[in-house]
Amino acid sequence: MLELFWIIAAPFMAVALVPWLRNVLRGLTGYALALVPAGIVWVVAGHLPLEPDTAPSLVWSWLPELGVQFALRMDGLSALFVLMIAGIGALILIYAGGYMGSDPRAARLYGLLLAFMGSMLGVVLSDDLITLFVFWELTSITSFLLIGFNHEQEKSRASALQALLVTGGGGLALLAGLILLSIAAATADGAGLTEFGRISAILSLDLRAHPLYPAALVLILLGAFTKSAQFPFHFWLPNAMTAPTPVSAYLHSATMVKAGVFLLARLQPGLGDTLLWTVIVTSVGAITMLSAAAMSAGQRDLKRILAYTTVSVLGTLTMLIGLGTDAALKAAVVFVAAHALYKCALFMVAGSIDHETGTRDVTRLGGLFGLMPVTALAALLAALSQAGAPPMFGFIGKELLLKAKLDLEWVGALLIIVAVLTNIFLIAMALVVAVWPFYGRRLATPKHAHEAPLAMLIGPVVLSVGGLFVGLFPAVFDQTLGPAAVSAIAGHVVAMELHLWHGMNPAALTALAISAVTLVLGFVLFARLHHFFEHLVVVGHRIERAGPARGYELALAGVLQLAAGVTGLLQSGHLRRYVMVVVLVLVALLCVPVVRSVPAAFTDELWSIYWHEATLAVVALLSAAFATRSRSRLSAVAFLGVTGISIALLFALLSAPDLAITLVMVEILTVILFVFVFYHLPQLKALRTPRERARDALYASAAGLVMTLLVLASTAVPLDSELARYYAQNSKPAAHGRNIVNVILVDFRALDTLGEVTVLAVAAIGVFALLRLRRRTRRASA
Amino acid sequence: MNVQSLILRTTAGFLLILLMVYSIFILLRGHNEPGGGFIGGLLIAAGFALYALAFDAAAARRLLRIDPRLLLGVGLLIAAASGARALVLAEPFMQAWWFPVMIPGVGKIGTVLMFDIGVYLTVLGTALQILLTLSEE
Repeated sequence: MLELFWIIAAPFMAVALVPWLRNVLRGLTGYALALVPAGIVWVVAGHLPLEPDTAPSLVWSWLPELGVQFALRMDGLSALFVLMIAGIGALILIYAGGYMGSDPRAARLYGLLLAFMGSMLGVVLSDDLITLFVFWELTSITSFLLIGFNHEQEKSRASALQALLVTGGGGLALLAGLILLSIAAATADGAGLTEFGRISAILSLDLRAHPLYPAALVLILLGAFTKSAQFPFHFWLPNAMTAPTPVSAYLHSATMVKAGVFLLARLQPGLGDTLLWTVIVTSVGAITMLSAAAMSAGQRDLKRILAYTTVSVLGTLTMLIGLGTDAALKAAVVFVAAHALYKCALFMVAGSIDHETGTRDVTRLGGLFGLMPVTALAALLAALSQAGAPPMFGFIGKELLLKAKLDLEWVGALLIIVAVLTNIFLIAMALVVAVWPFYGRRLATPKHAHEAPLAMLIGPVVLSVGGLFVGLFPAVFDQTLGPAAVSAIAGHVVAMELHLWHGMNPAALTALAISAVTLVLGFVLFARLHHFFEHLVVVGHRIERAGPARGYELALAGVLQLAAGVTGLLQSGHLRRYVMVVVLVLVALLCVPVVRSVPAAFTDELWSIYWHEATLAVVALLSAAFATRSRSRLSAVAFLGVTGISIALLFALLSAPDLAITLVMVEILTVILFVFVFYHLPQLKALRTPRERARDALYASAAGLVMTLLVLASTAVPLDSELARYYAQNSKPAAHGRNIVNVILVDFRALDTLGEVTVLAVAAIGVFALLRLRRRTRRASA
Repeated sequence: MNVQSLILRTTAGFLLILLMVYSIFILLRGHNEPGGGFIGGLLIAAGFALYALAFDAAAARRLLRIDPRLLLGVGLLIAAASGARALVLAEPFMQAWWFPVMIPGVGKIGTVLMFDIGVYLTVLGTALQILLTLSEE
């Protein structure tokens, strides 16, 4: 189905329109661009509800030699993410229009956001491991550019690099894991499956008992955990908040950081439900969830608070997918959607506050309600959803989460304690974001605050009201998207029915009671928070300095130091040293295989040498020896020329006239070149001590010996003459030439020759560029 | 630089003409006898280098008339263009094509010869570019 391709292609194509639209529409560009993702939402929504077994798909041949295809497929899980990415993307584009105003860099932001959107849609629609990986890395690269958008700022660049290194490093692990997975699939299947990379095909196999499963799993999890900022890789996400707010709202609420969660969900039916999977994924998720929630309380920057609570939610989602029961997966799906709605709204609110007041420090904000009432109300609605208060969508998600854990025995009890503690922090921090800036005493802000422009209100209002609406009428979710998404993760059909009120049964009541207690405790924490907030900030700062982020810094510094050391060792700037290194490495690499095959080299043929051949060899050797003893450069070059000519004569004697002529020409040109270059240089001096000379002689002899043995060894092996016979037989009839050497050069292997002469030309240009550069610097210094 | 040798100066011009004729001969016969564009290009480059040695680089450039950089560019272009015909006809790149009639004194011609001429010019351009630039330092 071609539609799938256009879903991905449309945002990329819209990038090309951005500069033109900016000129024509100016301030309205965001609205116009939002039509692209809005169109995607409209198309995908038209296919709802999805039938479980007839997922639209598309397969194009890409690299048939490697069994790689460009394959797309839209099942319930993909559809859920596509709607989130495109739907929220549309609001983000509108918001970005208001946020950037008449900033000349707006076009770049639009372009990057659209490119990121396309990459992200590619990730969730891919049905081939390599297609998935390519889009996955594209999201890393585009998000790198987005996070470093304010590239004039040192901090921005550092954060962007950090995000890229962490997610990119995970990406490498992921690639290795995906390749192992496809190898496992190919060997497990035996016959039939030729498309090793097809995700839907791989997931239908059972690879859990395959010997490659643990390695593949751990590598893939590394990729997913780094992308989704799981502990201990969580630190890059709060730092990424140096990005412009539309970027944070998009990448870190709805899309990029959820790619890791998406990948876990995508692979759950094939790889999940083993002890290894459950233990790793669940515990990493649980640790992330609690630690990030606690750390959010140590922040005073609105966006950093939101970032830590995002990490916490990502941990929750990871944990739920790790558990893998139907109830847990239902909770995960609802949570993903609910979180996207409220977190994006809150990010937008934070951006509006920053935009209108000039600060994001919660301790410096207060009493804005009268000035920004719409933003304040949107913030409150979104915060209630994050707090899990009824009747918001977030409440339904949290109830499902608690119920999912009640099904499990002691593990469930442990996880419920973790969840309750987490939620207490999340509730308190949600209220900090939504209450502190808007109510209480009016504090002076750097800018005079007033309500945000319309473009910056649409997003928060639509999203926060959306959270309320879905909470009140959950049918819009469970009748359309929910069941298909859960079924896609679970790998079997799961029914789903959402309610705010589940009636009088023990499980529902227990969940409700836990919920109520959590809410109360959260409110209490919030009410008391201002008493010890300053202490928390100090602690939070300390944790950030000493935590895994410190490890990242040390590792980065270590790598740079290592690089500097290696560079200093190898790039000494002395030609002699370079030649020495090259020669010694060559000798070291060659000597083992050569020495092993030497006995075979000494055949009788070796001793059947004619006297004139021997004479030429002796002349070559003698002139080489004279060259080393020579006092003048010119005579040294001349002696080397004699060596070369002797070898050329040997070639001629051994019936290789083309080679001989070429060598003679090269020798002549070399001598002329040396004459040109060395004419003005002073006489050679004995700059080196006898000891150094002895060492050099040793290296040179070793190199010569190894090369000689190599030639002997390789000629001793009977040459596969198939190719030679082919050339000999076809030279005349197929290429109309009797000179096989030339026919090979210009006909059979003409492409090689073309490459070689291109290299020659590049070398000539290189010489020219180097000399001209030298001339210019000399002139500049004169 | 400049070698003050009367013999070299007197003969350099003749040698150059001889080498030029010989290098074209080598280029054309290369398909059947030892030779070809690569050797031919080196040969004529050596002729020019000798001339530069006898007089100076500027004199050699004057005699050459074309900038070596242009030569190597044109050479590469001709070599690559010889494969273009096959590409247009959806055959493998650089698939040879021969003119059906024999040209007296030259032999059979076709894209292969064109390729060899491209190589000839590229080698000439490369060698002279390096030699002359260095000698002008």
